[in-house]
Amino acid sequence: MDTPAAGADPTDRERLAENWTERPSLRSWLTTVDHKRIGRRYLVTAGFFFALAGISALLMRTQLANPGSDLLSPQQYNQLFTMHGTAMIFLFATPMLFGFGNFLVPLMIGSRDMAFPRLNAFGYWVFLFAGLFMWASLPFGAAPNGGWFAYVPLTSVQDSPGLHLDVYTLGLLFLGISTTAGAINFIVTALKMRAPGMSLNRMPLFVWAIVATAFMVIFALPALNVDNAMLFLDRRFGAGFFDPAAGGNVLLWQHLFWIFGHPDVYIIVMPGLGIVSAVLPAFTRRGVVGYPLVVLAIVAIAIISFGVWAHHMFAVGLPQVSYGFFSAASSIITIPSGIQIFAWLATMLLGRLVLRTPLLFVIGFIVTFVLGGVTGAMFALTAFDQQVTDSYFVVAHFHYVLVGGALFPILAGIYYWLPKITGRMYAERLGRWAFWLVFIGMHVTFFPMHLYGLFGMPRRVYTYPAGLDWDGWNLVSTVGAYVLAVGLLLVLVGVVHAVRRGRPAPPDPWGGDTLEWSTDSPPPAYNFPVIPRVHSLHPTWDARTAESTGPGATADRILSAGRRTPLTSELDGRYERPVEMPEASGKPLVLALTLLVLFTALLFAWYPVAAAAVAVVAGTVAGWLWPGRRAEART
Amino acid sequence: MGTTEAAQTPRTGPDRRRRTGPAVAAATLLPLAGCASDAPSALDPAGAGAQRVEGLWWLLFWISVVVFVEVLALLVWALIFRRGARTRVRHGQPLRFVTIAGAGLPLVILVAVYGVSLRDLAALGTDPGPDAPTVEVTGHKWWWEVRYEGVAGATANEIHIPVGERVRVRLRTADVLHSFWVPQLMPKTDLIAGETRETWLHADRPGEYRGQCAEYCGLQHAHMALMVVAVPRPEFDARLARLAAPAPAPSTDAERRGQQAFVQGTCAACHTVRGTGAQGRVGPDLSDVGSRWSLGAGAVPNDAGHLGGWIANPQTVKPGNQMPPQPVDAARLPDLIAYLRSLD
Ligand code: HEM
Ligand SMILES: [Cu+2]
Repeated sequence: MDTPAAGADPTDRERLAENWTERPSLRSWLTTVDHKRIGRRYLVTAGFFFALAGISALLMRTQLANPGSDLLSPQQYNQLFTMHGTAMIFLFATPMLFGFGNFLVPLMIGSRDMAFPRLNAFGYWVFLFAGLFMWASLPFGAAPNGGWFAYVPLTSVQDSPGLHLDVYTLGLLFLGISTTAGAINFIVTALKMRAPGMSLNRMPLFVWAIVATAFMVIFALPALNVDNAMLFLDRRFGAGFFDPAAGGNVLLWQHLFWIFGHPDVYIIVMPGLGIVSAVLPAFTRRGVVGYPLVVLAIVAIAIISFGVWAHHMFAVGLPQVSYGFFSAASSIITIPSGIQIFAWLATMLLGRLVLRTPLLFVIGFIVTFVLGGVTGAMFALTAFDQQVTDSYFVVAHFHYVLVGGALFPILAGIYYWLPKITGRMYAERLGRWAFWLVFIGMHVTFFPMHLYGLFGMPRRVYTYPAGLDWDGWNLVSTVGAYVLAVGLLLVLVGVVHAVRRGRPAPPDPWGGDTLEWSTDSPPPAYNFPVIPRVHSLHPTWDARTAESTGPGATADRILSAGRRTPLTSELDGRYERPVEMPEASGKPLVLALTLLVLFTALLFAWYPVAAAAVAVVAGTVAGWLWPGRRAEART
Repeated sequence: MGTTEAAQTPRTGPDRRRRTGPAVAAATLLPLAGCASDAPSALDPAGAGAQRVEGLWWLLFWISVVVFVEVLALLVWALIFRRGARTRVRHGQPLRFVTIAGAGLPLVILVAVYGVSLRDLAALGTDPGPDAPTVEVTGHKWWWEVRYEGVAGATANEIHIPVGERVRVRLRTADVLHSFWVPQLMPKTDLIAGETRETWLHADRPGEYRGQCAEYCGLQHAHMALMVVAVPRPEFDARLARLAAPAPAPSTDAERRGQQAFVQGTCAACHTVRGTGAQGRVGPDLSDVGSRWSLGAGAVPNDAGHLGGWIANPQTVKPGNQMPPQPVDAARLPDLIAYLRSLD
C-alpha cells in the first residue's frame, strides 16, 4: 500500500495532470469520459432543445394571440404542442438536471469522476441522438401529434397513421436507455465514491435529491417503456394491447403512463429543489435549516409519488372509492414540499441575504412554486379536478410547477455554477435584468391561464371563437410569452458574455459550503489534487476538512499514479480502497450510433438493417465488457 | 350574474360558502368573479353540479390566498430585515417552526378540505333517479350525436333539457376518447372507447350553456363544441315530440328541389333526414339542422352563407373533418340551402 506523504507536491500534480488531462483533439472530443465535459455537453444540448421547445411555444402563443387565427394549421399546431411538451419534459428538464448532476455530483462528494465514466459518455450520446431523432421529424411534418401523454386510441394506427407516433414511441424508448444509464450511475457514484469521512448524513442535499431522483427513474421508467413498447407493437403488428375490439383496454395505457408520469413530475422538480438547497447556503451565509427534515422530505416524496397516479385520471370515471384514496394520497404529498419551503424560508429568516442573481431566482422560485403548489393541492380534490382538468387552468398549474420548480432553479444554478463551470464570472446587471424579465414574463403569460381555464377554455385547441371572454386574456398571455422569451435570451447573452469576456473566477467566488468550491474554477481534469477527508456537512466552511488536503494529506488520498480515486463505504464513508478509473474510449459513441441506426431502422421498418444493428450492438457491448489487459495497479 | 337558489337541492353547503365568495373576491380579483361575462364560466354556474364545485373553489381560493400571503410575508420580512453587512447570521435550527408551519398546519387544512370535497364528490356522483330523462350522447370525431332514450330521432351538438330537473347523460364514443364538459352545469366526464359512462345535467334557470370536448381528440379537437339548452318542461316535451316525428316537409318549390337534390345526391350517403330516403349514419342527422346553434360543432354560425360555404367545401371551414367537398351544381346550391334551412 501507499506510504504516507506530505500533501500533494508539484510532482504529484504533474503526474495527476498527465494521467487525467485529455489533449484537445477531435479524437478526445469524441472519446472523452470526463464527467465535467459530459456534464457541460448535457447542459448545452438540453439548452438547445429548450430553445427549440421554447420557439414552438412562441409559435403556439402567436397563433392563440387572437381568436380564429390561421397562422398555423391544425396539423402544425398539434405537432408543435406535442413536441413542446415532450421536449420540455424529456429532452430539456431531466437532461438539464442530469447535466448539473454530472458536472457537480463528483465535485460535491470529492471524487475524481462518476462511478462509470464510459457509461456516462454513452448516456450523453444516446440522449443527443434520441433528441435529434425526435426533432428531426418536425421539418418533415412527421412529428408526434398525440399530446405528450399520447392517449390511445387516438394514437392507434387507425386514428394516427403515418410515422408521428412511431417517432414518439421509439424516440422515448431510445431516450430511456440514456436516462436509465444515468440514474444507475448517479446511485453508484453517490453511494460508493464519496470522499472519506462523508457519511450519508454529510452528503449535500443536492446529491440527496439526485439520488432520490435516480431511484424514481429506475422504478418509474419501466412502466413508460412497457407502455411504449406495447403501443409500438399495436401499431406495427396489430398486437391489440389497447384495442377494445381485440380484448385490449384503452385505460391500460393511461394507468401505465401515469405510473411513470406522476413520479416523473418529481423526477423533474426534485433536482430543482436540490439546486435551491445548494444555492441558499452561499447567499444566506448559513446551512439550510433542518437538514434531516429536508432529507426525510426528499425520501418521502420519492416514495409517495408512486401512489398518486390516478389523480391524472379523475375524469375517467373510475370507482369513487379509488378516487377517495388517490385524492387523499395526492393531498398528503404536498406536505413534504411544504416542509422544504418552510425550511428554506427559515434559512432566509435566520441568515444574512446576499441578493445576487442566483438568490433572485431562488426567491422567484419560491413565489412561483408556492402558487403552483396551492393549485396542485386543489387538483388533489377529485370534484374540483373534474371541473378544471384539461382546461387552461391545468396548463397554468403545471407551468407554475415546472417553470417555477425546474426552470427557475435551473437558472439559479446556471448563474451560481457558471464561474465553476466556465471559470468566468457573469455580469451581475445583465443577470438582474434577465431575472426580472423572466419573472414578470412568466406570470403575465401563465397567470391569466387560470382565468380563461375557469372561463371554460379547454387546452390543446389550435384556435377558439371570439365572444367568449377568452380573447383579451389570451392576448395578455402571448405578450407575456414574448417578455419571457426576451428574458431567456438575456440569460443566453449573459452566458456567452461571461464565456467570452467574463472576469476570471476565483475558486470560491460566493463562499459556498460544498466541496466543488474547494478546487479551482474550472476544476482540473482530476478535480482534486488531494481527495479531502470530510469532517462536516459544510466541508468548505470547515477548517479541519480544509487542513486534510494540506501538508497532512496521506498518499492514499493523493493517488497520483494512474487514474485513481478512492472507494468508500455506502453509509459512513469509510475508506475502502482506491479504484482505477477507465480511460477515454470510442466504444460509447459507437454503441450509441449503432442504436441510432437500430431505432431508425425500426422506424422505417427496415427490419434486416435492424437485425444487423442488433448484432453490432451485441458485439460492441461484448467488446466493451471484455476483461481488459488492464495494467496492474501502478504505483 | 344569476345567483338564483339552487333549485330542489336540500344540500345548501356550497350556497352558504358562495355568498361571501364572489362579493369579496370581485374586489380583489375582479375577473375571477365572472360577472357580466359571456364566458361559459365555471364561476357562473347555472346548475347544482357546477354550483357544488364553485363553492369548493371559493373555499380553496381563500385558503390559497392566506397561504400565499403568509409565504410572501415571510419572504418580504427576510428581504427587508435580513440584509446588509450588520445583519448577524443566526445558527439556530428552528425545527419546530418548520414542522408546524410546513407540515402540521397544512395537514390540518388538507384533512379539512378533503372532508368537504368528499361530500361534493359524492353529490356529483349521485344517480339522478329512475324517472330522470336520459340523453344518449355519442362522441364522434368531431361532433356530438345526441339521442333521447325512448325517442327514435337523433340530433347533434345540441342537448335540450328541462329546467330544474336532473337529466341523466349516458356517454359513449364511436372512435377516440373525448370528454363531456359544460362548465356552467357539470364538471367533466370522459368518453371511454369500449365503455359507457354516466353523468347528469341540471340547470336551475333557462338559458344556453356552451360546452366543449375537453379531451384532446385529434385534428379538430378545437371545433367540438356543444350547446345545452335549458327550457321549461312543456317546450322540452314538444322538442322530444318533434324528434320522434318525420322532419318538416318542404313547402316551397325551391325547398322541394333542394330535398330532391339532397336525397338523390351524395348527401344521403352519410346523413339522415327523418321521413325521407336519406338514411346515412356517418354524419350527423340533419332533420333539425335549420334550428341548430352552429355548424360543424361550433366551427361557424348557422346561417345561409356559412351553410353554402360548408356544403361547397367543409374542408376549408373545418380542415380534416370527415365530410368531403360536395360536387353540388352551383344552380342547385341555393335550393339545397333553402331546404336545409327549413328543417327545424
Ligand atoms: C418557456 C416558456 C413557455 C411557454 C411560453 C409555454 C407555453 C405553452 C403552451 C402555449 C402550451 C400549449 C397549451 C395547449 O395548446 O394546450 C404548453 C404546453 C405544455 N408545456 Fe409549456 N411553455 C413554456 C415552458 C414550459 C416548460 C419549462 C415546461 C416543462 C419543463 C413546459 C411543459 C409543457 C407541457 C408538458 C405542455 C403540455 C403539452 C401537451 O399538452 O401535450 N412548458 N406550453
Ligand atoms: Cu374531443
